[in-house]
Amino acid sequence: MPEVIRIKKTPKFYLNLFLSTFTISAFTFGGGYVIVPLMNKKFVEKLKWVEEKEMLDFVAIAQASPGPIAVNTSILVGYRLAGVFGAFIAVLGTVLPIFVIVSVVFLLYAQFRSNPIVNAAMLGMRIGIAAVLIDVVITMTKSIIKEKSVLSVAIMIIAFIAAYFFKVSILLILAVCAVIGGCDTLYKSRHKGGAPN
Amino acid sequence: MIYLKLFWSFFQVGLFSFGGGYAALPQIQYQVVDLHHWLNLSQFADVITISQITPGPIATAAATFVGIKVAGMVGAAVAVTASVLPSCIIVLTLGFFYAKYKNLKGVQGVLGGIRPAVVAMTLPHSFADVNLLSIGFLAVCFLVLRIFKPNPIYVMVGAGAAGIGWYFIEKLI
Repeated sequence: MPEVIRIKKTPKFYLNLFLSTFTISAFTFGGGYVIVPLMNKKFVEKLKWVEEKEMLDFVAIAQASPGPIAVNTSILVGYRLAGVFGAFIAVLGTVLPIFVIVSVVFLLYAQFRSNPIVNAAMLGMRIGIAAVLIDVVITMTKSIIKEKSVLSVAIMIIAFIAAYFFKVSILLILAVCAVIGGCDTLYKSRHKGGAPN
Repeated sequence: MIYLKLFWSFFQVGLFSFGGGYAALPQIQYQVVDLHHWLNLSQFADVITISQITPGPIATAAATFVGIKVAGMVGAAVAVTASVLPSCIIVLTLGFFYAKYKNLKGVQGVLGGIRPAVVAMTLPHSFADVNLLSIGFLAVCFLVLRIFKPNPIYVMVGAGAAGIGWYFIEKLI
């Protein structure tokens, strides 16, 4: 078992973990990366259970693995906090709201589908979510810039352009960035012998 | 037997859908429509619609929907479990190695290269249907978040309520 931040694993902790993933999952319309800023707000900024760098690593691992990013990220956060059982609780919290909501919608879906009020609410929520995403990206961008590493900033900008304007596959981008990061460390340790961070 | 079929189908969906989001759709369509004929194409389109009006990953929503339709609530539970099982196994394995080796210098270098890219890709993808109204609304939500720092879920629910409000205003006009 890896060393874990000192969190008392009381039933209350597990309940908190479950409720956190449950509410995050219940509000992530649009799927994919939407869960990243919400988890960041909850687990990094509010509860301070996970470091921001770790969170970004989790997202990268989640992206590179098969399956939904939301589920994969939850597994990693749960595992980081409380081992395999923590991962189980986090997955349960992530999947359960979807299970319940889709079951209800299944029963009502003829009405749901053509309901303009539901559509209007969805549109509004999508905009709200976009605002949350931008907010968190700005916070995270600041911490990347604070590293004062030209390479990090360059990677961020080039990755953005590649993904949004040239529609390069995200997996490919992550792979290339991993190689760049690895080479950079190798180069620095060869030439300076110092410990780059 | 039907449970076993559901399980195996959605296990494959979970195993082979890389990239998240809509990347899972072709897999689901192959399993559910082409291979097992549990849904026809128009029902499959409904699944996509439903996954858009419900939270969470498409694969999970589709597993629930198809599971219920084919074999009731138990079927849904089986399908959902199967769809997340490959993730659990693979991600837990990676998580284990991450926890063990994350402090090695080489690993730190690789992760350091990846992190800025992850930040870049977190920006919203949903700018497809932009108009002046939605950009203004987006700006308001953003300012509220920056200035008052509320729980983001309140902002989302508020935005949803505002969407309903706007719908009625539009109707009156």
